[in-house]
Amino acid sequence: MSRPGRGKSWSGHGLPYLSEKRLPGHLIAIEGTDGVGRSTQIDLLRPWLELEGYAVSNTGWTRSPLLSETINEAKAGHQLTVTTFSLLYAADFADRLEHEILPALQAGFIVIADRYMYTAFARNMVMGADPGWTRDVFGVALVPDLVIYLDIDVATLIPRVVQGKGMDHWESGMHLALGTDLFDSFQRYQSRLIDEYRRLASEFGFITVDARAPIEELQTQLRSHIMNYLRNADPARSGGNGEEKLPASTRKE
Amino acid sequence: MLLERWLRSRGYPVIFTEWNSSRLVRRSMSRGKKKNLLTPTTFSLLHAVDFADRLTYQILPPLQAGMIVLADRYAFTAFARDVARGVHPEWVRAVYSFALRPDLTLYFRVPIEVSLERLLAGRAKLKYHEAGMDVGLSTDPVESFRIFQSRVLEIYDELTREFGLRTIDATGEIPEQQRMFRNIVQDVLRDYDSNRAKGNHVTTRSR
Repeated sequence: MSRPGRGKSWSGHGLPYLSEKRLPGHLIAIEGTDGVGRSTQIDLLRPWLELEGYAVSNTGWTRSPLLSETINEAKAGHQLTVTTFSLLYAADFADRLEHEILPALQAGFIVIADRYMYTAFARNMVMGADPGWTRDVFGVALVPDLVIYLDIDVATLIPRVVQGKGMDHWESGMHLALGTDLFDSFQRYQSRLIDEYRRLASEFGFITVDARAPIEELQTQLRSHIMNYLRNADPARSGGNGEEKLPASTRKE
Repeated sequence: MLLERWLRSRGYPVIFTEWNSSRLVRRSMSRGKKKNLLTPTTFSLLHAVDFADRLTYQILPPLQAGMIVLADRYAFTAFARDVARGVHPEWVRAVYSFALRPDLTLYFRVPIEVSLERLLAGRAKLKYHEAGMDVGLSTDPVESFRIFQSRVLEIYDELTREFGLRTIDATGEIPEQQRMFRNIVQDVLRDYDSNRAKGNHVTTRSR
Protein backbone atom coordinates (compact mmCIF):
# COMPACT_ATOMS: atom_id res chain seq x y z
CA MET A 1 0.00 0.00 0.00
CA SER A 2 1.33 3.43 -0.87
CA ARG A 3 1.66 6.22 1.65
CA PRO A 4 0.21 9.47 0.33
CA GLY A 5 2.64 11.78 2.05
CA ARG A 6 3.27 12.92 5.60
CA GLY A 7 1.30 11.00 8.18
CA LYS A 8 -1.47 10.05 5.76
CA SER A 9 -2.68 6.64 4.77
CA TRP A 10 -5.37 4.99 2.66
CA SER A 11 -8.16 3.04 4.23
CA GLY A 12 -7.55 0.07 1.89
CA HIS A 13 -5.98 -0.17 -1.55
CA GLY A 14 -6.46 3.55 -2.18
CA LEU A 15 -6.30 4.85 -5.74
CA PRO A 16 -3.40 3.00 -7.42
CA TYR A 17 -3.67 4.95 -10.69
CA LEU A 18 -2.93 8.31 -9.06
CA SER A 19 0.68 9.25 -9.11
CA GLU A 20 2.22 9.87 -5.73
CA LYS A 21 1.58 13.45 -4.71
CA ARG A 22 2.26 15.31 -1.51
CA LEU A 23 -0.85 16.13 0.50
CA PRO A 24 0.25 18.91 2.83
CA GLY A 25 -3.32 19.83 3.80
CA HIS A 26 -5.37 18.47 6.67
CA LEU A 27 -8.47 16.31 6.47
CA ILE A 28 -10.86 16.72 9.37
CA ALA A 29 -14.07 14.70 9.45
CA ILE A 30 -17.05 15.60 11.60
CA GLU A 31 -19.25 12.58 12.26
CA GLY A 32 -22.53 12.21 14.09
CA THR A 33 -26.11 11.23 13.43
CA ASP A 34 -28.80 13.36 11.74
CA GLY A 35 -29.86 16.46 13.64
CA VAL A 36 -26.91 16.43 15.99
CA GLY A 37 -25.73 19.87 14.83
CA ARG A 38 -22.89 19.03 12.45
CA SER A 39 -23.62 21.70 9.87
CA THR A 40 -24.17 24.45 12.47
CA GLN A 41 -20.78 23.66 13.99
CA ILE A 42 -19.02 23.42 10.62
CA ASP A 43 -20.45 26.80 9.57
CA LEU A 44 -18.85 28.29 12.68
CA LEU A 45 -15.52 26.52 12.23
CA ARG A 46 -14.82 27.81 8.77
CA PRO A 47 -14.58 31.57 9.41
CA TRP A 48 -12.57 30.90 12.55
CA LEU A 49 -10.02 28.75 10.70
CA GLU A 50 -9.79 31.37 7.95
CA LEU A 51 -9.04 34.03 10.56
CA GLU A 52 -6.32 31.73 11.87
CA GLY A 53 -4.82 31.92 8.40
CA TYR A 54 -5.91 28.58 6.92
CA ALA A 55 -7.56 28.03 3.56
CA VAL A 56 -10.65 25.90 4.14
CA SER A 57 -12.67 23.67 1.87
CA ASN A 58 -15.91 21.91 2.78
CA THR A 59 -17.30 18.68 1.49
CA GLY A 60 -20.45 16.83 2.52
CA TRP A 61 -22.05 13.43 2.13
CA THR A 62 -24.13 13.05 -1.09
CA ARG A 63 -23.08 16.47 -2.39
CA SER A 64 -21.16 15.38 -5.48
CA PRO A 65 -22.27 16.98 -8.76
CA LEU A 66 -22.08 13.56 -10.42
CA LEU A 67 -24.38 11.67 -8.07
CA SER A 68 -26.48 14.00 -5.92
CA GLU A 69 -29.46 14.09 -8.29
CA THR A 70 -29.37 10.35 -8.81
CA ILE A 71 -29.30 9.76 -5.05
CA ASN A 72 -32.26 12.07 -4.49
CA GLU A 73 -34.19 10.34 -7.25
CA ALA A 74 -33.37 6.95 -5.80
CA LYS A 75 -34.53 8.05 -2.36
CA ALA A 76 -37.78 9.32 -3.80
CA GLY A 77 -38.32 5.89 -5.33
CA HIS A 78 -37.80 4.00 -2.01
CA GLN A 79 -36.86 0.82 -3.78
CA LEU A 80 -33.15 0.19 -3.50
CA THR A 81 -31.38 -2.52 -1.55
CA VAL A 82 -28.68 -1.75 1.02
CA THR A 83 -26.06 -2.92 -1.47
CA THR A 84 -27.23 -0.62 -4.24
CA PHE A 85 -27.47 2.33 -1.86
CA SER A 86 -24.01 1.71 -0.45
CA LEU A 87 -22.52 1.68 -3.93
CA LEU A 88 -24.29 4.94 -4.80
CA TYR A 89 -22.89 6.56 -1.65
CA ALA A 90 -19.47 5.15 -2.44
CA ALA A 91 -19.62 6.62 -5.95
CA ASP A 92 -20.63 9.99 -4.50
CA PHE A 93 -17.77 9.73 -2.02
CA ALA A 94 -15.18 8.76 -4.65
CA ASP A 95 -16.26 11.63 -6.89
CA ARG A 96 -15.77 14.14 -4.07
CA LEU A 97 -12.56 12.47 -2.95
CA GLU A 98 -10.92 12.81 -6.36
CA HIS A 99 -12.39 16.14 -7.44
CA GLU A 100 -12.61 18.05 -4.15
CA ILE A 101 -10.78 16.47 -1.23
CA LEU A 102 -7.47 15.38 -2.76
CA PRO A 103 -6.91 18.53 -4.87
CA ALA A 104 -7.63 20.70 -1.82
CA LEU A 105 -5.24 18.67 0.34
CA GLN A 106 -2.58 18.95 -2.35
CA ALA A 107 -3.00 22.71 -2.28
CA GLY A 108 -2.53 22.68 1.50
CA PHE A 109 -6.17 23.38 2.48
CA ILE A 110 -7.92 22.19 5.57
CA VAL A 111 -10.77 20.04 4.32
CA ILE A 112 -13.73 19.73 6.65
CA ALA A 113 -15.86 16.73 5.74
CA ASP A 114 -19.44 16.76 6.95
CA ARG A 115 -19.68 12.95 7.47
CA TYR A 116 -17.14 10.50 6.13
CA MET A 117 -16.97 6.77 5.40
CA TYR A 118 -17.82 5.95 9.03
CA THR A 119 -21.40 7.06 8.35
CA ALA A 120 -21.63 4.30 5.73
CA PHE A 121 -20.05 1.84 8.17
CA ALA A 122 -22.59 2.69 10.87
CA ARG A 123 -25.66 2.69 8.61
CA ASN A 124 -24.73 -0.51 6.82
CA MET A 125 -24.14 -2.28 10.11
CA VAL A 126 -27.62 -1.28 11.26
CA MET A 127 -29.18 -2.22 7.92
CA GLY A 128 -27.57 -5.63 7.90
CA ALA A 129 -25.02 -5.31 5.10
CA ASP A 130 -21.78 -7.22 5.43
CA PRO A 131 -19.49 -4.86 7.42
CA GLY A 132 -16.35 -6.30 5.81
CA TRP A 133 -17.75 -5.55 2.37
CA THR A 134 -18.56 -1.93 3.28
CA ARG A 135 -15.00 -1.39 4.44
CA ASP A 136 -13.58 -3.00 1.31
CA VAL A 137 -15.67 -0.74 -0.92
CA PHE A 138 -14.46 2.34 0.97
CA GLY A 139 -10.88 1.07 0.71
CA VAL A 140 -10.37 3.88 -1.82
CA ALA A 141 -10.71 6.46 0.98
CA LEU A 142 -7.98 8.52 2.54
CA VAL A 143 -7.96 8.14 6.32
CA PRO A 144 -8.76 11.53 7.93
CA ASP A 145 -6.13 13.21 10.08
CA LEU A 146 -8.75 13.90 12.72
CA VAL A 147 -12.28 12.60 13.26
CA ILE A 148 -14.50 14.41 15.71
CA TYR A 149 -17.65 12.58 16.69
CA LEU A 150 -20.62 14.58 17.96
CA ASP A 151 -22.27 12.25 20.41
CA ILE A 152 -25.86 12.55 21.56
CA ASP A 153 -28.53 10.36 23.13
CA VAL A 154 -31.84 9.67 21.42
CA ALA A 155 -33.92 11.42 24.09
CA THR A 156 -32.08 14.71 23.47
CA LEU A 157 -32.00 14.17 19.72
CA ILE A 158 -35.77 13.74 19.27
CA PRO A 159 -36.95 17.26 20.21
CA ARG A 160 -34.12 18.78 18.14
CA VAL A 161 -35.17 16.89 15.04
CA VAL A 162 -38.87 17.49 15.57
CA GLN A 163 -38.33 21.23 16.05
CA GLY A 164 -35.88 21.31 13.18
CA LYS A 165 -36.66 19.82 9.81
CA GLY A 166 -38.83 17.01 11.16
CA MET A 167 -38.40 13.24 10.97
CA ASP A 168 -37.90 11.96 7.47
CA HIS A 169 -38.53 8.51 6.04
CA TRP A 170 -34.87 7.53 5.72
CA GLU A 171 -33.51 9.06 8.91
CA SER A 172 -36.26 7.24 10.77
CA GLY A 173 -35.23 3.95 9.23
CA MET A 174 -38.76 3.38 7.92
CA HIS A 175 -37.21 1.29 5.13
CA LEU A 176 -36.22 -1.25 7.80
CA ALA A 177 -39.79 -1.68 9.01
CA LEU A 178 -38.66 -1.52 12.64
CA GLY A 179 -41.86 -0.05 13.96
CA THR A 180 -45.35 0.74 12.89
CA ASP A 181 -45.08 4.49 13.31
CA LEU A 182 -42.50 7.06 12.36
CA PHE A 183 -41.70 8.14 15.92
CA ASP A 184 -41.20 4.61 17.16
CA SER A 185 -39.06 3.70 14.17
CA PHE A 186 -36.96 6.86 14.49
CA GLN A 187 -36.25 6.09 18.12
CA ARG A 188 -35.15 2.51 17.44
CA TYR A 189 -33.19 3.24 14.28
CA GLN A 190 -31.32 6.21 15.74
CA SER A 191 -30.41 4.40 18.94
CA ARG A 192 -28.95 1.52 16.96
CA LEU A 193 -27.08 4.00 14.79
CA ILE A 194 -25.70 5.85 17.81
CA ASP A 195 -24.56 2.57 19.39
CA GLU A 196 -22.75 1.78 16.19
CA TYR A 197 -21.08 5.22 15.99
CA ARG A 198 -19.87 4.79 19.57
CA ARG A 199 -18.36 1.43 18.72
CA LEU A 200 -16.63 2.93 15.69
CA ALA A 201 -15.41 5.84 17.83
CA SER A 202 -13.44 3.48 19.99
CA GLU A 203 -12.29 1.30 17.10
CA PHE A 204 -10.98 4.19 15.01
CA GLY A 205 -9.97 6.56 17.79
CA PHE A 206 -12.42 9.40 17.12
CA ILE A 207 -12.41 12.35 19.46
CA THR A 208 -15.86 12.26 21.04
CA VAL A 209 -17.54 15.46 22.16
CA ASP A 210 -20.83 15.73 23.98
CA ALA A 211 -23.24 17.31 21.50
CA ARG A 212 -25.84 18.03 24.19
CA ALA A 213 -23.79 21.08 25.14
CA PRO A 214 -25.00 24.52 23.99
CA ILE A 215 -23.81 25.57 20.52
CA GLU A 216 -21.12 28.01 21.71
CA GLU A 217 -19.72 25.62 24.25
CA LEU A 218 -19.57 22.81 21.73
CA GLN A 219 -17.84 25.13 19.26
CA THR A 220 -15.22 26.02 21.87
CA GLN A 221 -14.51 22.35 22.42
CA LEU A 222 -14.24 21.65 18.70
CA ARG A 223 -11.84 24.56 18.23
CA SER A 224 -9.62 23.42 21.03
CA HIS A 225 -9.42 19.87 19.64
CA ILE A 226 -8.67 21.17 16.15
CA MET A 227 -6.08 23.65 17.42
CA ASN A 228 -4.45 20.90 19.39
CA TYR A 229 -4.23 18.71 16.32
CA LEU A 230 -2.92 21.52 14.10
CA ARG A 231 -0.25 22.45 16.61
CA ASN A 232 1.11 18.95 16.61
CA ALA A 233 0.76 18.42 12.88
CA ASP A 234 1.97 21.80 11.74
CA PRO A 235 4.20 23.37 14.39
CA ALA A 236 5.55 25.89 11.88
CA ARG A 237 2.15 27.45 11.31
CA SER A 238 0.86 27.94 14.83
CA GLY A 239 2.84 30.98 15.98
CA GLY A 240 4.98 31.04 19.12
CA ASN A 241 2.61 31.18 22.04
CA GLY A 242 4.96 29.16 24.21
CA GLU A 243 2.81 26.04 24.15
CA GLU A 244 4.59 24.24 21.36
CA LYS A 245 5.95 20.93 22.41
CA LEU A 246 8.28 20.43 19.46
CA PRO A 247 11.49 22.42 19.19
CA ALA A 248 11.81 24.59 16.07
CA SER A 249 14.62 22.43 14.73
CA THR A 250 12.22 19.55 13.97
CA ARG A 251 10.55 21.63 11.28
CA LYS A 252 10.67 19.84 8.00
CA GLU A 253 8.19 21.34 5.63
CA MET B 1 -29.90 -12.45 -29.59
CA LEU B 2 -29.52 -15.67 -31.55
CA LEU B 3 -29.04 -17.67 -28.39
CA GLU B 4 -32.04 -16.09 -26.74
CA ARG B 5 -34.24 -16.91 -29.72
CA TRP B 6 -32.95 -20.46 -29.89
CA LEU B 7 -33.56 -21.09 -26.17
CA ARG B 8 -37.07 -19.67 -26.44
CA SER B 9 -37.84 -21.79 -29.48
CA ARG B 10 -36.88 -24.82 -27.40
CA GLY B 11 -39.37 -23.80 -24.76
CA TYR B 12 -37.02 -22.37 -22.14
CA PRO B 13 -38.21 -19.38 -20.14
CA VAL B 14 -35.47 -16.79 -20.78
CA ILE B 15 -34.77 -13.36 -19.36
CA PHE B 16 -32.19 -11.15 -21.02
CA THR B 17 -30.29 -8.48 -19.11
CA GLU B 18 -27.67 -6.11 -20.42
CA TRP B 19 -24.68 -4.38 -18.82
CA ASN B 20 -25.16 -0.70 -17.98
CA SER B 21 -28.86 -0.63 -18.77
CA SER B 22 -30.60 0.29 -15.51
CA ARG B 23 -32.48 3.57 -15.40
CA LEU B 24 -31.03 4.32 -12.00
CA VAL B 25 -27.59 5.49 -13.09
CA ARG B 26 -28.37 6.59 -16.62
CA ARG B 27 -28.33 10.26 -15.77
CA SER B 28 -25.11 10.16 -13.74
CA MET B 29 -23.44 8.02 -16.37
CA SER B 30 -24.32 10.28 -19.27
CA ARG B 31 -23.44 13.44 -17.36
CA GLY B 32 -20.16 11.84 -16.30
CA LYS B 33 -19.30 10.79 -19.80
CA LYS B 34 -20.37 13.99 -21.50
CA LYS B 35 -18.50 16.28 -19.13
CA ASN B 36 -15.62 13.85 -18.73
CA LEU B 37 -16.08 13.77 -14.95
CA LEU B 38 -15.58 10.05 -14.53
CA THR B 39 -12.48 8.70 -12.85
CA PRO B 40 -11.55 5.00 -12.99
CA THR B 41 -13.10 4.58 -9.53
CA THR B 42 -16.39 6.39 -10.15
CA PHE B 43 -16.68 4.70 -13.56
CA SER B 44 -16.33 1.37 -11.77
CA LEU B 45 -18.73 2.21 -8.94
CA LEU B 46 -21.46 3.50 -11.25
CA HIS B 47 -21.35 0.23 -13.16
CA ALA B 48 -21.51 -1.62 -9.85
CA VAL B 49 -24.63 0.38 -8.91
CA ASP B 50 -26.18 -0.57 -12.25
CA PHE B 51 -25.27 -4.20 -11.69
CA ALA B 52 -26.57 -4.31 -8.10
CA ASP B 53 -29.87 -2.84 -9.22
CA ARG B 54 -30.28 -5.32 -12.08
CA LEU B 55 -29.24 -8.19 -9.81
CA THR B 56 -32.07 -7.30 -7.43
CA TYR B 57 -34.78 -6.76 -10.02
CA GLN B 58 -33.79 -8.60 -13.18
CA ILE B 59 -31.50 -11.45 -12.21
CA LEU B 60 -32.42 -12.90 -8.81
CA PRO B 61 -36.25 -13.07 -9.11
CA PRO B 62 -36.22 -14.93 -12.46
CA LEU B 63 -33.62 -17.36 -11.09
CA GLN B 64 -35.76 -17.94 -8.03
CA ALA B 65 -38.64 -18.62 -10.37
CA GLY B 66 -36.53 -21.25 -12.12
CA MET B 67 -35.87 -19.28 -15.30
CA ILE B 68 -32.75 -18.91 -17.39
CA VAL B 69 -31.06 -15.53 -17.19
CA LEU B 70 -28.94 -14.54 -20.14
CA ALA B 71 -26.59 -11.70 -19.20
CA ASP B 72 -24.82 -9.70 -21.87
CA ARG B 73 -21.63 -9.00 -19.86
CA TYR B 74 -21.20 -9.69 -16.17
CA ALA B 75 -18.85 -8.73 -13.33
CA PHE B 76 -15.89 -10.06 -15.35
CA THR B 77 -16.27 -7.10 -17.67
CA ALA B 78 -15.56 -4.86 -14.68
CA PHE B 79 -12.65 -7.03 -13.57
CA ALA B 80 -11.09 -6.56 -17.00
CA ARG B 81 -11.96 -3.01 -18.00
CA ASP B 82 -11.75 -1.29 -14.64
CA VAL B 83 -8.43 -2.90 -13.84
CA ALA B 84 -7.14 -1.86 -17.28
CA ARG B 85 -8.17 1.69 -16.25
CA GLY B 86 -6.12 1.37 -13.08
CA VAL B 87 -8.30 0.32 -10.14
CA HIS B 88 -6.92 -2.34 -7.83
CA PRO B 89 -7.87 -5.88 -8.93
CA GLU B 90 -8.65 -6.97 -5.37
CA TRP B 91 -10.77 -3.89 -4.75
CA VAL B 92 -13.03 -4.45 -7.77
CA ARG B 93 -13.44 -8.14 -6.86
CA ALA B 94 -14.44 -7.12 -3.34
CA VAL B 95 -16.90 -4.54 -4.68
CA TYR B 96 -18.63 -7.26 -6.74
CA SER B 97 -18.46 -9.94 -4.06
CA PHE B 98 -22.25 -9.80 -3.72
CA ALA B 99 -22.63 -11.02 -7.32
CA LEU B 100 -23.90 -14.52 -7.87
CA ARG B 101 -21.38 -16.77 -9.68
CA PRO B 102 -22.89 -17.65 -13.09
CA ASP B 103 -23.49 -21.31 -13.91
CA LEU B 104 -21.74 -20.73 -17.20
CA THR B 105 -19.66 -17.84 -18.47
CA LEU B 106 -18.72 -17.66 -22.11
CA TYR B 107 -15.98 -15.37 -23.29
CA PHE B 108 -16.03 -14.33 -26.94
CA ARG B 109 -12.44 -13.70 -27.79
CA VAL B 110 -11.45 -11.63 -30.76
CA PRO B 111 -8.08 -10.05 -31.68
CA ILE B 112 -7.79 -6.25 -31.49
CA GLU B 113 -7.57 -5.73 -35.24
CA VAL B 114 -10.73 -7.71 -35.88
CA SER B 115 -12.76 -5.82 -33.25
CA LEU B 116 -11.39 -2.50 -34.56
CA GLU B 117 -12.43 -3.43 -38.07
CA ARG B 118 -15.91 -4.48 -36.94
CA LEU B 119 -16.47 -1.38 -34.85
CA LEU B 120 -15.26 0.99 -37.55
CA ALA B 121 -17.33 -0.77 -40.21
CA GLY B 122 -20.48 -0.26 -38.12
CA ARG B 123 -20.02 3.40 -37.27
CA ALA B 124 -17.87 6.39 -38.07
CA LYS B 125 -15.73 6.51 -34.96
CA LEU B 126 -14.79 4.84 -31.70
CA LYS B 127 -16.46 5.91 -28.49
CA TYR B 128 -14.29 7.88 -26.07
CA HIS B 129 -14.45 5.36 -23.23
CA GLU B 130 -14.33 2.19 -25.31
CA ALA B 131 -11.09 3.51 -26.81
CA GLY B 132 -9.84 4.14 -23.27
CA MET B 133 -9.22 7.81 -24.15
CA ASP B 134 -9.90 8.72 -20.51
CA VAL B 135 -6.78 6.82 -19.47
CA GLY B 136 -4.58 9.13 -21.53
CA LEU B 137 -2.63 6.45 -23.41
CA SER B 138 -2.63 8.24 -26.73
CA THR B 139 -4.33 11.22 -28.31
CA ASP B 140 -5.16 9.13 -31.37
CA PRO B 141 -8.38 7.17 -30.71
CA VAL B 142 -7.38 4.17 -32.83
CA GLU B 143 -3.95 3.96 -31.21
CA SER B 144 -5.49 4.41 -27.77
CA PHE B 145 -8.03 1.67 -28.52
CA ARG B 146 -5.20 -0.69 -29.50
CA ILE B 147 -3.22 -0.09 -26.31
CA PHE B 148 -6.21 -0.07 -23.97
CA GLN B 149 -7.99 -3.08 -25.46
CA SER B 150 -4.76 -5.13 -25.53
CA ARG B 151 -4.53 -4.59 -21.79
CA VAL B 152 -8.17 -5.66 -21.48
CA LEU B 153 -7.55 -8.79 -23.56
CA GLU B 154 -4.53 -9.75 -21.48
CA ILE B 155 -6.58 -9.44 -18.32
CA TYR B 156 -9.40 -11.50 -19.82
CA ASP B 157 -6.92 -14.30 -20.53
CA GLU B 158 -5.98 -14.28 -16.85
CA LEU B 159 -9.65 -14.19 -15.82
CA THR B 160 -10.32 -17.20 -18.02
CA ARG B 161 -7.92 -19.18 -15.86
CA GLU B 162 -9.01 -17.63 -12.55
CA PHE B 163 -12.75 -18.13 -13.04
CA GLY B 164 -12.89 -20.91 -15.59
CA LEU B 165 -14.54 -18.87 -18.35
CA ARG B 166 -15.26 -20.88 -21.52
CA THR B 167 -13.63 -19.20 -24.49
CA ILE B 168 -15.26 -19.05 -27.90
CA ASP B 169 -13.18 -17.95 -30.84
CA ALA B 170 -15.24 -15.08 -32.18
CA THR B 171 -13.24 -14.54 -35.37
CA GLY B 172 -15.00 -17.37 -37.20
CA GLU B 173 -18.30 -17.49 -39.07
CA ILE B 174 -21.39 -16.78 -36.99
CA PRO B 175 -23.13 -20.13 -37.69
CA GLU B 176 -20.00 -21.96 -36.50
CA GLN B 177 -19.86 -19.85 -33.31
CA GLN B 178 -23.53 -20.53 -32.67
CA ARG B 179 -23.01 -24.26 -33.09
CA MET B 180 -20.26 -24.29 -30.43
CA PHE B 181 -22.21 -21.96 -28.26
CA ARG B 182 -25.33 -24.12 -28.38
CA ASN B 183 -23.38 -27.29 -27.61
CA ILE B 184 -21.89 -25.79 -24.48
CA VAL B 185 -25.19 -24.33 -23.33
CA GLN B 186 -27.05 -27.57 -23.95
CA ASP B 187 -24.50 -29.38 -21.85
CA VAL B 188 -24.93 -26.98 -18.93
CA LEU B 189 -28.70 -27.21 -19.19
CA ARG B 190 -28.77 -30.98 -18.80
CA ASP B 191 -29.52 -30.80 -15.05
CA TYR B 192 -32.08 -28.13 -15.68
CA ASP B 193 -33.80 -30.34 -18.23
CA SER B 194 -33.95 -33.33 -15.93
CA ASN B 195 -35.43 -31.19 -13.18
CA ARG B 196 -37.98 -29.86 -15.60
CA ALA B 197 -38.87 -33.37 -16.68
CA LYS B 198 -39.62 -34.14 -13.04
CA GLY B 199 -41.86 -31.13 -12.87
CA ASN B 200 -39.54 -29.13 -10.60
CA HIS B 201 -39.91 -25.85 -12.36
CA VAL B 202 -38.88 -23.75 -9.43
CA THR B 203 -35.47 -24.67 -8.15
CA THR B 204 -33.99 -23.51 -4.89
CA ARG B 205 -30.47 -22.40 -5.51
CA SER B 206 -27.50 -22.31 -3.26
CA ARG B 207 -25.24 -19.34 -3.68
